[in-house]
Amino acid sequence: MASSFTRILSSKRHLGILSFVGGSVTAGFLLHREHVSAGVPVRRRYPASAEYPDLRKHNNCMASSLTPALYAKLCDKATPNGYTLDEAIQTGVDNPGHPFIKTVGMVAGDEESYEVFADLLNPIIKERHNGYDPLTMKHPTDLDSSKLQSGQFDERYVLSSRVRTGRSIRGLSLPPACTRAERREVERVVVDALAGLKDDLAGRYYSLTQMTEEEQQQLIDDHFLFDKPVSPLLTCAGMARDWPDARGIWHNNNKTFLIWINEEDHTRVISMEKGGNMKRVFERFCKGLKEVERLIQERGWEFMWNENLGYILTCPSNLGTGLRAGVHVKLPLLSKDARFSKILANLRLQKRGTGGVDTAAVGGVFDISNLDRLGQSEVQLVQTVVDGVNYLIECEKRLERGQDIKVPAPLKLFK
Amino acid sequence: MPFGNTHNKLKMSYSSEQEYPDLSKHNNHMAKVLTPEMYANLREKETPSGFTLDDLIQTGVDNPGHPFIMTVGCVAGDEETYEVFKELLDPVIEDRHGGYKPSDKHKTDLNPENLQGGDDLDPNYVLSSRVRTGRSIRGFCLPPHCSRGERRAIENLSIESLDVLDGDLKGKYYALKNMTDDEQQQLIDDHFLFDKPVSPLLLASGMARDWPDGRGIWHNDNKTFLVWVNEEDHLRVISMQKGGNMKEVFNRFCTGLTTIENLFKERGHEFMWNEHLGYVLTCPSNLGTGLRAGVHVKLPNLSKQDKFGDILKRLRLQKRGTGGVDTAAVGGVFDISNADRLGFSEVELVQMVVDGVNLLVDMEKRLEAGESIDDLMPEQK
Repeated sequence: MASSFTRILSSKRHLGILSFVGGSVTAGFLLHREHVSAGVPVRRRYPASAEYPDLRKHNNCMASSLTPALYAKLCDKATPNGYTLDEAIQTGVDNPGHPFIKTVGMVAGDEESYEVFADLLNPIIKERHNGYDPLTMKHPTDLDSSKLQSGQFDERYVLSSRVRTGRSIRGLSLPPACTRAERREVERVVVDALAGLKDDLAGRYYSLTQMTEEEQQQLIDDHFLFDKPVSPLLTCAGMARDWPDARGIWHNNNKTFLIWINEEDHTRVISMEKGGNMKRVFERFCKGLKEVERLIQERGWEFMWNENLGYILTCPSNLGTGLRAGVHVKLPLLSKDARFSKILANLRLQKRGTGGVDTAAVGGVFDISNLDRLGQSEVQLVQTVVDGVNYLIECEKRLERGQDIKVPAPLKLFK
Repeated sequence: MPFGNTHNKLKMSYSSEQEYPDLSKHNNHMAKVLTPEMYANLREKETPSGFTLDDLIQTGVDNPGHPFIMTVGCVAGDEETYEVFKELLDPVIEDRHGGYKPSDKHKTDLNPENLQGGDDLDPNYVLSSRVRTGRSIRGFCLPPHCSRGERRAIENLSIESLDVLDGDLKGKYYALKNMTDDEQQQLIDDHFLFDKPVSPLLLASGMARDWPDGRGIWHNDNKTFLVWVNEEDHLRVISMQKGGNMKEVFNRFCTGLTTIENLFKERGHEFMWNEHLGYVLTCPSNLGTGLRAGVHVKLPNLSKQDKFGDILKRLRLQKRGTGGVDTAAVGGVFDISNADRLGFSEVELVQMVVDGVNLLVDMEKRLEAGESIDDLMPEQK
């Protein structure tokens, strides 16, 4: 079946500034993304004031930024695909607040959401990403892993090392808004490209709909299998529709490079291994990402990216690098110290349980990763994790020896 | 609404085959009826309020099958859904409602005088009696599709009308979002409080959006007449009491409903109803009367019989756990109610429950005494 899409043949990273042409709907796809039209205004029975959500009990970034005036301004707009403000904020309306973390409360249905709803998304991005201003600032992309210094952790403490990011295929709607055909197209494009990976990256694809029981069990045992999302943050945004259609997992034969297809983003790319060799994990990460990008470009596709927001993903919290580099590390003493949170905060690190976001720590083993995503490059963020985790291990060792520890000075943002 | 693919213009640049859902592992009415041809015919249509085929079927695509009961797998977003998508919904309705044809007419009978007996179901076995139905307000979108503004308008209209009720029906409204902790606890203790839906059947259709905005519970001072606002339907109307006096429950039910309908009409609104489908509700399974009359009844011996399922089927009854649909029975106590909704009147359905439950209790008593129930086996109704 030939896709009816016009492939985008723009040169690498060439993008015009997105602008509006009021009122008309653009049909099909554009070769250069210089002009993006807002979609046909949505018919509304009630005035905006009667539709405004009740956010009085809410604590998320969307609720902090949305006002009745802003809602009135944006509620009748739609992206060229027809994605609306109400759809974008539904997850934040339905989920007033999270006990562990201030959630974003808004998602993008497509690349154009970040333009059409910029008046709301920009303040959210600013709040979430330490004051980063998409209107004036540029985001650095750097996938040269040779720049990473040290990056081999003490394996008596670090059990595993992992780097993940996401990538979106330009021209296709994102998981909250995509149709079944679009989602299947994402799957086809990515799986097709991945088939071109070679040597230590060579691997295979396991479609969730066609997996055998043995394959499923193996993927579970390898801790690779992702399940249908249960978090209401995701389900309320419509990301779990049509599960498990067009969802799957690709991994290399060595089981150190893994790609999730059509979970929370078009793709999530993961490099991981047991032990503390973050340097090697990051090398494979960069090499794999660049190879995949080359392979999709050969076929006329590209990733969603622009110079202000970096890589475009479903959740505004993952803009920029979309990168979370982390370790599972044993810190039983440090984690009980009252200064633990402050130390993490100053190192620009975040703790999670070993089940990932929305879980609690078990047995003194924590998932420690970078807090930031946007405004610093991949190399910078992974360096932050390397330096930070080394510091935490030092603290743990000192506490083991009965020595005192120090809270480090806070790191500068936006290096 | 409900989800971001609703007005996705890109959809139409793909062929129907490319969009067609994978229903190979599915077992619900929608999956049985939908074909690629039907999908192709219907996918460009939308109701005047913008409800599309994909909106209609999303819950059925996301929920392949239910262990206890064959689910419908589609919902309506407004009254016009049943017209615009009749090519799909007519066969679903026919399959779900015992062969009900597009040309059939549905009889409405809310005259409680027509019920025979029903005032003396044995309270040693029948713990409680309850009748519920739903009503939709014409001109408004249904819970899968309504906006916040519409939902709030429905709530306001409902409060206005219910506030006028007096006598045995006089009562008070408790908005879910304004409830105090004490009020909430009281409603939980009374078994009145409905919670945010957790069933994926409901969530996948978008009915829980914006919870708890625009949702609430009204009940009379006597706690025997209850209205849920904006849960799975615009209104769910419930009459209930402990014990086995189904007649009294049904009297109050009919009086209450008729009074409420008149109050709405006085304010220029009517309920969605037509002579083919009866009362129009969100789920096609609730068309017609929308009525579920049931009891919580102790049947520990009968329920262990192999024939139990068959007996219920012949009596046109259905069993559920005491937590309602999607739950299992606890301690031999079952929720037994009518299986039908459409094609029979309210009186006829409640009569089936009254007669059927009386028979089930007789059978239980026989089994307790170690006697056979063979001579009591009913014919298929």
